Amino acid sequence: MWAYAARRTAIGLVLLLVLSFVTFVLFFAAPVDQARYACGKQCTEEQIAVTERALGYDKPVYEQWGAFVKGIVAGRQFPADPEVRAAAPETVSDCAAPCLGYSKLNAKTVNELIGDAAPISIALALVAVVMWLIGGVSLGILAAVTKGSIVDRGIVGLTLVAYAFPSFFIGVFMLKYVAIRWELVPLPRYVSIEDGGVFTWLENLLLPGFVLALLFLAGYVRMTRAFVLESLSEDYIRTARAKGLKGRVVLFKHGLRAALTPLVTMTGLDLAGLLGGAIITESVFAYPGLGLLTVQASNAWDLPTIIGVVVLAGAFVIVANIIVDIAYAFIDPRVRLG
Amino acid sequence: MSDDIDQADHTENTSHADHAGHADHADPVVAADAPVDLDDVTGHAASELDPEAPPVLTVENLRMYFPVHATGLIRRKVGDVQAVDGVSFVVPEGGSLGLVGESGCGKSTTGRAITRLYKPTSGSIKFGGKDLATISSRELKGMRSEIQMIFQDPYSSLNPRHTVGSIIGAPLRIHNMVPKDQTLKRVQELLEVVGLNPEHYNRYPNEFSGGQRQRIGIARALALRPKVIVADEPVSALDVSIQAQVINLLQDLQREFNIAFLFIAHDLAVVRHFCPEVAVMYLGKIVEIGDRDSIYGNAHHPYTQALLSAVPDVRQASVGGRRERIRLQGDVPSPIDPPSGCRFRTRCPIAQEICAKHEPPLMQIGRRHKVACHFPGRLGEAPREPLTTGLLGVDGEGRPDPGASPSNDLVDQPGYADTWFDLDAKRIGRA
Amino acid sequence: MTNMTKSSPTPTATDGTPFLEVDNLKVHFPTADGVVKATDGLSFNLERGKTLGIVGESGSGKSVSSSAILGLHRGTNAQVSGEIRLDGVDLLSLSNEEMRLRRGKDIAMIFQDPLSAMHPYYSVGVQLAEAYRVHNNVNRKAARTRVVEMLELVGIPQPDRRYDAYPHQFSGGMRQRAMIAMALINDPTLVIADEPTTALDVTVQAQILDLLTNLQKEFNTAVIIITHDLGVVAEMSDDVLVMYGGRAVEYGPCREVLTHPEMPYTWGLLSSVPDVSADTNARMVPIPGNPPSLLNPPSGCAFHPRCTFRDEVPGDLCTTVLPELEPASRPGHLKRCHLADPDRIYAKQVLPEIAPDLAKEA
Repeated sequence: MWAYAARRTAIGLVLLLVLSFVTFVLFFAAPVDQARYACGKQCTEEQIAVTERALGYDKPVYEQWGAFVKGIVAGRQFPADPEVRAAAPETVSDCAAPCLGYSKLNAKTVNELIGDAAPISIALALVAVVMWLIGGVSLGILAAVTKGSIVDRGIVGLTLVAYAFPSFFIGVFMLKYVAIRWELVPLPRYVSIEDGGVFTWLENLLLPGFVLALLFLAGYVRMTRAFVLESLSEDYIRTARAKGLKGRVVLFKHGLRAALTPLVTMTGLDLAGLLGGAIITESVFAYPGLGLLTVQASNAWDLPTIIGVVVLAGAFVIVANIIVDIAYAFIDPRVRLG
Repeated sequence: MSDDIDQADHTENTSHADHAGHADHADPVVAADAPVDLDDVTGHAASELDPEAPPVLTVENLRMYFPVHATGLIRRKVGDVQAVDGVSFVVPEGGSLGLVGESGCGKSTTGRAITRLYKPTSGSIKFGGKDLATISSRELKGMRSEIQMIFQDPYSSLNPRHTVGSIIGAPLRIHNMVPKDQTLKRVQELLEVVGLNPEHYNRYPNEFSGGQRQRIGIARALALRPKVIVADEPVSALDVSIQAQVINLLQDLQREFNIAFLFIAHDLAVVRHFCPEVAVMYLGKIVEIGDRDSIYGNAHHPYTQALLSAVPDVRQASVGGRRERIRLQGDVPSPIDPPSGCRFRTRCPIAQEICAKHEPPLMQIGRRHKVACHFPGRLGEAPREPLTTGLLGVDGEGRPDPGASPSNDLVDQPGYADTWFDLDAKRIGRA
Repeated sequence: MTNMTKSSPTPTATDGTPFLEVDNLKVHFPTADGVVKATDGLSFNLERGKTLGIVGESGSGKSVSSSAILGLHRGTNAQVSGEIRLDGVDLLSLSNEEMRLRRGKDIAMIFQDPLSAMHPYYSVGVQLAEAYRVHNNVNRKAARTRVVEMLELVGIPQPDRRYDAYPHQFSGGMRQRAMIAMALINDPTLVIADEPTTALDVTVQAQILDLLTNLQKEFNTAVIIITHDLGVVAEMSDDVLVMYGGRAVEYGPCREVLTHPEMPYTWGLLSSVPDVSADTNARMVPIPGNPPSLLNPPSGCAFHPRCTFRDEVPGDLCTTVLPELEPASRPGHLKRCHLADPDRIYAKQVLPEIAPDLAKEA
């Protein structure tokens, strides 16, 4: 298993390198003069050239990428130009390995930016995943065991409705009614655990977490329902019943065990995707998470931040994939890692 | 890795499950509207051997290995699944050779290597003056029309989204067999040939019963007028009453179009009926090959004998109780690490020391009968001393015998020689 | 359809006290297209220590009937009627909970494909222990001891080590042995084996059938073996019941039915399967057509559209009147057919085709 994990990790690292390089290339392939944009409308050609040099955009792409990779391995100091550093030592910021870069626009290293934003996205994602798993799996099981009845049809119908509304609509709707008009929850703003304690932290996450969960809930209800139905039609369920086991044991011990396995994969990958930031939800609720960071960086053509977020999100997905595959081998004894 | 293979092998014969089990009320629509033609019940006797027929397919020393990789950081190759390990045989023009054996013996792999669904590891497959084992992929496309395959499972081997007409017509179009406007006519002819209603070309596979679907598979195989058909368990997924229909159909088609069959099956009785010649495989090798009477009436290999004695016999009803039989212990060993010497020795009731040391050559012991055993003999009459020592140049315990010189006279050729070692007379027999 | 089977007295194929009595069992499935009559009036008896072979093709109702005996249709939309008396108790009148307590204890089942019939995620030992503990109030350790004992009994080497292996790590034969151990772990009085060897190779099949025979002797179990293989029936059963279209068409002692069959469908089954030891001049005569639709069964005798001996029956009897399951020419032998003189037709027309050697002897 360790050999498997090691091999997968090695492949993952190569993938991340490729990913970052592609991002560099795409960034500079865009029909925009990035330096002019960064400098602002009033800049003269000369100022633009200075900005370009300051941002390091004047160097060839592969050199910039090489510096980026080196930063990850060995750390860097910013500004990159040693002369500039020598001239104004008070502006130098150290960026220890693994250094993802320095955002001039935010005057912070990308590591710091991500360090501020990531806990918010992670908290949001975790709250959402718990909500949609509890809701999705239990509703899915309920629909499966009452297949064809009014309950089943009701659940499936409701999930379709939830599916049909776009997340920004539900977000704004919830914000307006649940938080503002009915005041069921406080107007959500992110409060860290250190600042407000667990309860406040959680209370503030309920509404955005719910909006995010709704987005996935429908899919999980329907998948759980399908997997449970499939599992219940397997021969081993008949065997379990033929043994004289109670219906409850047949359903939960024999039926669900197999049905929930594919959900582990789905959950792992969906969660990984979310850790990179839930763009719409964070925008609606103005949560300064990775999603919002990404939006701001993209709007400002802030290359280091973009690269940083892309690589981080990519790493989440790769790690989640490895974990899911290894988890699978623990769940299903037939799976052998190799 | 070995587990995967195990599973694949065991699923081979299980598809009967689906139909006999809980699909008890499946296929109601078809059965109801299919007209029954009561004239279609002419009985068919067993196929007969034409000893003069020239070979159409000659397989020599065919090997099919599948690599096994380590699970470490670098997945280096650590061994091979020796699925087929040096088999040689001849399929005569318009005749049938049966390939029997249990799960994992390599019979299906042999069939797939011959149709070039797999690229053989080594050996040759001579057909029409060419060697299919090494032929270029361009030439291979041309040859595909000459060797066709019928698969076991008529439920999964037909694309459910294509009509019967397009399934049968596809090979015609790909190989430009008939002008475009003639395709439909030819498809309808083919449907008629296999006993289906030609008007049904527009229907989808799920509208047909299992037996009818197998007929569709046969029509598809026939479309290109092949010289050889490899039939891999063509009836084992069908209900018993339907099996006979399909076997009779295959016999009729063979006679009408002079098609040679490599007939792969685990059902010894069906093979006996369809194939005048039979090869018995065990763990990747042919252990005994011969004409019907040699195998079913005069088997000399302990495995063939065990296999035959294990078949439940309906005639036992008049006596009652279980038939006397040879009981093999244990399971088939792994093809990744097969036993040394004779591969059957770990389960063989008459194995001796030499069996672990030397692989027995496939020795001709009759006009059309070869056996790979150091102690070949009729049931209960196995010789005490190994009969292969002269051929191998060893003594009775398998040690090299300086006095003897190994000879290859009676072994390792596809087909049969004019001379053989007569076990009863203990001398060389002659045709 | 024109003629409902009236509830005839339970036929007896063997004398002695029946342990299992199935009387006019019907299993119907309502579907959107109509009622599927999977089993339609099935009656048979079985003593302890005896084996009944049920033969039939897909859709003959053989598997559905056995599931009904086990009560597996409870909780589905199947409509089950008739009587299934086990040791005098009508199983169909029991509550769901009472039936559950008998399932796996008094009646056990061996399934066709042990790979899919065992849960892939639990070890073989755990699955067997579960079957034991649901009916016996014992701790884990005692259950383990019992399981190892059973695995040993069915011939699994190193049972203590194999306890923790998963089904996929067993070979096909070993899995079926484990399945048999699971069925027998509570000393059931009735075992239903549904195609127990169909998925197995022939040499393994022989091992498993031997094992079943020996265990049956040891525990005096009543066994129902469901199969399409007449050879298996011939070697295993005391009685045989041939089913077609949800009904019994021939029933009696195995020796009788398979040597002097009187129903054309049974003839067809015999003639469409070649025999390894038969005369090579024997002909293989298929049954034309396909098994009947259970949704829209043929009128009269369900076999009439495929029957080549229809002309021997006067008038349109075969197409209009469902024949009763009536005594045939030999004692204990029942058949459902209008043919007046089936013995003669079999000897003169069928046997010479399918077994010329036997025909000559006779």
